[in-house]
Amino acid sequence: MNTFGDPTIWLPFVFAGLMGLSILIYVVLDGFDLGVGVLFPFADEDEKDRMIATIGPFWDANETWLVLAVGLLLVAFPAAHGAILTALYLPVAIMLIGLIMRGVAFEFRAKAPAPHKRLWNNTFFAGSLMTSLSQGFMLGMYIMGLEWTVMNAAFSLLTAVFLTVGYSFIGATWVIHKTDGALQGKSVDWAKGGIWGLVLGIGLISAATPLVSTRIFDKWFSWPEALLLSPLPVLSALLVFALWWMLRRMPFSNDRLSWLPFAAASSLWVMAFIGMAYSFYPYVVPEKLTIYEAASAPESLFIILIGTLFVLPTILAYTVLAYTVFRGKATELRYD
Amino acid sequence: MMETLLLSRIQFAANISFHILFPTITIALGWVLLFFKVRYSQTGQERWMEAYRFWVKIFALSFAMGVVSGITMSFQFGTNWPGFMEKVGNIAGPLLAYEIMTAFFLEAVFLGIMLFGFRRVPNWVHTGATFLVAFGTLMSTFWIIVLNSWMHTPQGFEMRDGVAHATDWFAIIFNPSMPYRFAHMVLASFLTVSFLIAGVSAFRWLIGGRTEGVRVALKTAVFGAALLMPVQIFLGDMHGLNTKEFQPAKVAAMEGHWETGGNVPLILFALPDQEARENRFEIGIPNLASFILTHEWDGVVKGLNDFVAEDGTVLHPRVAPVFWSFRVMIGTGMAMLMLSWVASFMMLRRKRGVEGLPKPLLYALVGMSFSGWIATLAGWYTTEIGRQPWLVQGVMTTAEAVADVPAPMVLSTLIAYLVVYGLLLSAYIYVIFYLARKMSRGEDIGTRIAPAPAAAPNAIPAE
Repeated sequence: MNTFGDPTIWLPFVFAGLMGLSILIYVVLDGFDLGVGVLFPFADEDEKDRMIATIGPFWDANETWLVLAVGLLLVAFPAAHGAILTALYLPVAIMLIGLIMRGVAFEFRAKAPAPHKRLWNNTFFAGSLMTSLSQGFMLGMYIMGLEWTVMNAAFSLLTAVFLTVGYSFIGATWVIHKTDGALQGKSVDWAKGGIWGLVLGIGLISAATPLVSTRIFDKWFSWPEALLLSPLPVLSALLVFALWWMLRRMPFSNDRLSWLPFAAASSLWVMAFIGMAYSFYPYVVPEKLTIYEAASAPESLFIILIGTLFVLPTILAYTVLAYTVFRGKATELRYD
Repeated sequence: MMETLLLSRIQFAANISFHILFPTITIALGWVLLFFKVRYSQTGQERWMEAYRFWVKIFALSFAMGVVSGITMSFQFGTNWPGFMEKVGNIAGPLLAYEIMTAFFLEAVFLGIMLFGFRRVPNWVHTGATFLVAFGTLMSTFWIIVLNSWMHTPQGFEMRDGVAHATDWFAIIFNPSMPYRFAHMVLASFLTVSFLIAGVSAFRWLIGGRTEGVRVALKTAVFGAALLMPVQIFLGDMHGLNTKEFQPAKVAAMEGHWETGGNVPLILFALPDQEARENRFEIGIPNLASFILTHEWDGVVKGLNDFVAEDGTVLHPRVAPVFWSFRVMIGTGMAMLMLSWVASFMMLRRKRGVEGLPKPLLYALVGMSFSGWIATLAGWYTTEIGRQPWLVQGVMTTAEAVADVPAPMVLSTLIAYLVVYGLLLSAYIYVIFYLARKMSRGEDIGTRIAPAPAAAPNAIPAE
């Protein structure tokens, strides 16, 4: 077990990486299907069916990444799991109820009597909104160090709104890719309307994070780190400009490059996430508990790691398989 | 702190009770669907596919309910029970991680292909996806039962600085109560599904939807239940003997038995009085409990009074809930046994099949549609409340694990959960019978049932 150096150092690091990866995959994948739910009120009845069809085969697996992320937090950093989740007790409960509502509404809206469909559509929207807002709120509280003060709550309300708009943006880019015709045109407009939420959100978090902690400030604004890190903001700015340029000209003829906004939006999330991860490392509970202090015993982490090395590539492979089976424009969902 | 503890326990019980309803259906229904699908592929008979198409919708609905209520569970550990992972996280963690990695993703990813991929993939891939979903639910059951069983019969670890460290993973996974609990739960799932299918099919039959698909589903379910019920009773007895060996306090509470001694009667009815430490209005069959538990008429059985420490600390569970949950489980099980046997006998008599079932019996089947849920929940209450005051038997108490969240906060989320669960449960049951009614009227229930290519099930992948 000591072949690669001290296991109490590299194992927590590897698990923090795996957890980060799961969170990143989650915010991109469930981000788009939550976003589709948030956009529901802007669509008419037929469009709602098609929007559901774009996420139907995927949403369940997308949410599993959240279970994996919180599962890794639970198993690899149990002390942090308790500290973070008890501090975020209420937003977590709201998120869970939101997730329940949207998950079941998805099924009920297709199976309940026609007059109830409206109700379940509204449930789907409300659940998606509650989930997005509470995740944004938790993000804000996490950045502010999990302290419940009026200032922090106000800041978190802002991040809640921006993350929700950000989700609806990536959701819109997904609908651009999976649909055509009028709905595609509409979703281009949604994406144009949503991109600012994302930009403001990333801007706000980038500005606030270094101000909360001098440690994070020094990590970003000292020499030569500032130079080495400069590609992050520069690339992000370029991505935003490219997205804006593209969206103004979409849809392209023959539906060329309809996947590009989604890919660019995902890349933007990746940039933002790397920035966050760099800021907070090595802390898992901001400024209180490092990944090394919070980690489980090495022998337990090791046995999970062995499984992970086999299972994670398999999971990725059949996730790719599912996305390949359902590639192309979304068609009517049918069981037969 | 006491109030927070009680409210947190009620909240966890509410969440996990709501959650377990749906895995109890999907664990077995996945395999039943695979059976329908394989029979269709073998025989080309449309009736198997008709049964598949109806029940796959119930499966999809149940699965969604299970997934979202399961996500709640994974957060509850942190929000309400942080002490659990801090103390035994080194053991519980890897087991949960393996459940997520080997089961959750498998079922979630292939569910998409199973539900919506019939026209997009070759038939064998679709059957394969159905198998992987069923297999995934079983794997999930395995890992979670391993963890739960370890909490009842922990072994393979040592305590260092107040934290459990794994020493022998084989001993942890194959802990003494795991095989019994796993088999008992999987069979419970098959029985729950059998009665659900039988009940809903009987309902469709009664209101005039007498199709071949209904007939075949009803027969499969009733015969399945009649065959599995005795096996379940046998397994339950084995599990009980295992519990007597490792958790005698639980068995004493189940039996409502206070004083250690021989010639113990089997108590049918009593009102256990925790404060007076005795039963009131006791009705029992002499010596039968001794015989069941020790297989000797005068066998000595430990009583609850053996589990009170010298300083008066009670180290056994509250008796009444365990005593009564156990009786509800047994009573429901007996009713299930009787009904499935009578119905099977009627169908076999002069080979009359479903036509041989008299109306009252069909109504009884409808009434028992969710009997599996009642028995399963009662069984879980027996074993889980029976473990109290311990969270991990002999290692940590439930009180040690609870989070210091203010009681009003727990109460508010508890009420919110209960409201949501109540509404969803009503909607779930309503929609099942709504789909059944719609199907019986011969209406499209959202799948655009096209005449299936009976002879060439492979000629499908046209988009």
